[in-house]
Amino acid sequence: MLLVVEQFLNGLQFGLLLFLLAAGLTLVFGIMDLVNLAHGSLYMMGAYFAATFVAWTGNFVLGAMLALGATLLLGIVLEVTALRHLYGRDHLDHVLATFGLILFFNEAVRLIWGPAGLALPLPGWLTVPVPILPGIHYPAYRLAIIIVALLVALLLYLGVMRTRIGMLIRAGASNREMIGALGINIKLLYTLVFGLGAALAGLAGLMQAPILTVQIGMGENILILAFVIIVIGGIGSIRGAFLAAIFVGMIDTLGRAFLPNLLRQVLSSTAASTAAPALSSMLIYLLMAIVLVVRPEGLFPANRR
Amino acid sequence: MKTFSVSKAFTALVLAGLVLLPLYSSLSGNIFILTLFTRIVILALAAASLNLIMGYGGMMSFGHAAYLGVGGYAVGILAQEGVGSGFIQFPVALAASAIYALVIGALSLRTRGVYFIMITLAFAQMAYYVASGLARYGGDDGLTVYKRSDFSGLINLSNRTQFYYLCLACLFGVVLLIWRIGNSRFGLVVQGLRSNEQRMQAIGFPAKRYQLVCFVISGTMCGLAGALLANNTDFVSPAVMYWTRSGDLMVMVILGGMGTLFGPVMGAVVFLVLEELLSQITEYWALIMGPLLLLIVLFGRGGIMGLLGRFDRG
Amino acid sequence: MAEPLLRVEKLVRRFGGITATDHVSLDVAAGELHAIIGPNGAGKTTLISQLTGHLSPHAGSVSLGGLDITYLPAYRRCALGLARSFQITSLLLDFTAADNVALAAQAHAGTSFRFFANARKETGLRDAARAALDRVGLLHRADVEVSKISHGERRELELAVALASKPKILLLDEPMAGLGVTESQRMVKLLQELRKEVSIVLVEHDMEAVFALADRISVLVYGRVIASGDPAAIRQNDEVKRAYLGDQHVVTRHG
Repeated sequence: MLLVVEQFLNGLQFGLLLFLLAAGLTLVFGIMDLVNLAHGSLYMMGAYFAATFVAWTGNFVLGAMLALGATLLLGIVLEVTALRHLYGRDHLDHVLATFGLILFFNEAVRLIWGPAGLALPLPGWLTVPVPILPGIHYPAYRLAIIIVALLVALLLYLGVMRTRIGMLIRAGASNREMIGALGINIKLLYTLVFGLGAALAGLAGLMQAPILTVQIGMGENILILAFVIIVIGGIGSIRGAFLAAIFVGMIDTLGRAFLPNLLRQVLSSTAASTAAPALSSMLIYLLMAIVLVVRPEGLFPANRR
Repeated sequence: MKTFSVSKAFTALVLAGLVLLPLYSSLSGNIFILTLFTRIVILALAAASLNLIMGYGGMMSFGHAAYLGVGGYAVGILAQEGVGSGFIQFPVALAASAIYALVIGALSLRTRGVYFIMITLAFAQMAYYVASGLARYGGDDGLTVYKRSDFSGLINLSNRTQFYYLCLACLFGVVLLIWRIGNSRFGLVVQGLRSNEQRMQAIGFPAKRYQLVCFVISGTMCGLAGALLANNTDFVSPAVMYWTRSGDLMVMVILGGMGTLFGPVMGAVVFLVLEELLSQITEYWALIMGPLLLLIVLFGRGGIMGLLGRFDRG
Repeated sequence: MAEPLLRVEKLVRRFGGITATDHVSLDVAAGELHAIIGPNGAGKTTLISQLTGHLSPHAGSVSLGGLDITYLPAYRRCALGLARSFQITSLLLDFTAADNVALAAQAHAGTSFRFFANARKETGLRDAARAALDRVGLLHRADVEVSKISHGERRELELAVALASKPKILLLDEPMAGLGVTESQRMVKLLQELRKEVSIVLVEHDMEAVFALADRISVLVYGRVIASGDPAAIRQNDEVKRAYLGDQHVVTRHG
């Protein structure tokens, strides 16, 4: 029972983290029609910035805030110098150009921080277990991730659904010419949206950093997961991304937690421990394949005609 | 041929270079270059097969490296199980790739555009994780192929020069095949579908059927590259199927010139030689390679063949 | 009366709350030129799309030569002898004019699962393509890439492509769209020739052309056929006059 609740929360936490990553990706994708493979690199940079700034300032929260700002800035610089020129180009061009950016970022990180991973230690007050149910404790930091991510998701939802900028963003997702005709500075809007996406990716990266090692290539696996999520959810749909992210987070976490034991019933112990993580990773792609076969435009297509 | 053209001359030069390379290698005693170019020729074959669906068929597969794995594992697993004959290994590698392509293609072709890119990627990742889960065949660590495919004395794959020429012959064979397909009835239909699927349906072509067959042909060709690659490295691991490998293949195709016959070969040679040279200059070669890719996308439309073609048009 | 070549019965297609095709019934006899007219947004393109198989109707049926084709995909309809032109020119822009037509001929000349022989050297296909191009007066442009020919020539090429599939019936979706006066006159002349050989369903805005060409006219308003008859009868019809001259609403979903 304890294990089930804990793993369930872990799944929720991972899912919410994936949502932060996927939300930025799906916004950029839905609005600028840009496939950004380098989104995972921004996630990685968020983690490296956090590790650096926290060590520098000696304060976790301050370091995290600085890292967030730095990723936002990096995103804006990236948009203005490179990605802006890719709008309106073929998706294939996006894939290649941002593939190049991944190579660049991985190498730059290796040059600056070295090939070995970094650790981001948590301050004491975030490591204590918090009672959540009678007799059940959960690490404070993971709980904090859940709360922060839920808050961000809520803000994002309110921002997109209720504000003027959000309206423009939604209008942009469904009608590019219209906002142009309204005389709104599209260039600026695009830069802001991209910066927002970068900041979200950075936030996901820096929050994940204390749980995993900060290392080169950490953005790539999770990027593919984020893509799977927005494809399942329907490109451009925040709501779809949210639901799909929770779903994928749960499957991945629960699969890793419980599949080995399940497999041990039918396989030898070593075979089970090799096959289980592979199988739980596969489950997600299988899910995506099934969704796309049944609904070729995802569960919640944003531009319904 | 009708007239002299820079692109034809350059292509001929590169091809002649490929044919004469073992001669240079043995004269200069530079064995390393032959090893490098064996890999280049094999990956050029993979890139050429990707070009068939991408350049001719307009199907942007982001999971093409999966076939390198399927072909490679077919060889590796058979070798492990004591079936060393190339006459069995290679047909099995091709058949396995074809079946894999048939299943993946039938499902993926229901989607289009960026969804197609993503679903092919997802399937390749699935294959990657399947291979990681094969405890009996090395799991994550991969599988060593202790003995190269045995062709009963017909050709010796352990002899560097013979193996190189086998790979080169396979590459030329595949390029020749793609050339014939490109001008055939089938090829025109596939290229027509790339250009305007709605129009092709309206004049009476069932689009999916042709695209699927094209997808399977391409996957089978790449499976051949996989079988050769496993022999070249004496090793096969999930890493050959990782999504960045698929990205590399795409880069080779675009770099060389998508939809041109020899573009992918040029792309593979330039990409891999550049990688080799840059990594000799600096450990951080990707620092240069990454932005270079971005610049090629932004300014180098049509790739190398497009660039050469510009000379011809003056 | 004999079985009509094309028969549409009580066809219904809705988009959300709008009924774009509202129990439309019409038929086309062999050798007839049947025109469909109507103000903007009357549902002409929606109707055509259901005849060609690009849209599925919600109710009703379409049959071709007595065979129910309501839910057949576009390519099967084409094989059964129903060819179309597009309102917005839809051609293979990076192929030559001759290639465009030859591919249509190829679709009807045995299997296309041939992988080795050079299709551009198949004289049968090339001759068929040249004949169709000649028919529409485009032979001199045969080897020019479609992206380099004029709009008027592309409209004619659309016709040649449709003809090359040896259709029993041609669905022409505004073949005059975007043509200048002389080009339109050439197109009318061409259609006058063609109608001797093949049945035609003509959707067109150009009233002069329609009344000059049609054997029968059906008038579509708000998705419904409000009148059907020969040109003289349509000219006299009060409801048609009202639809065209009276409150001429522009409804959404035209195109």
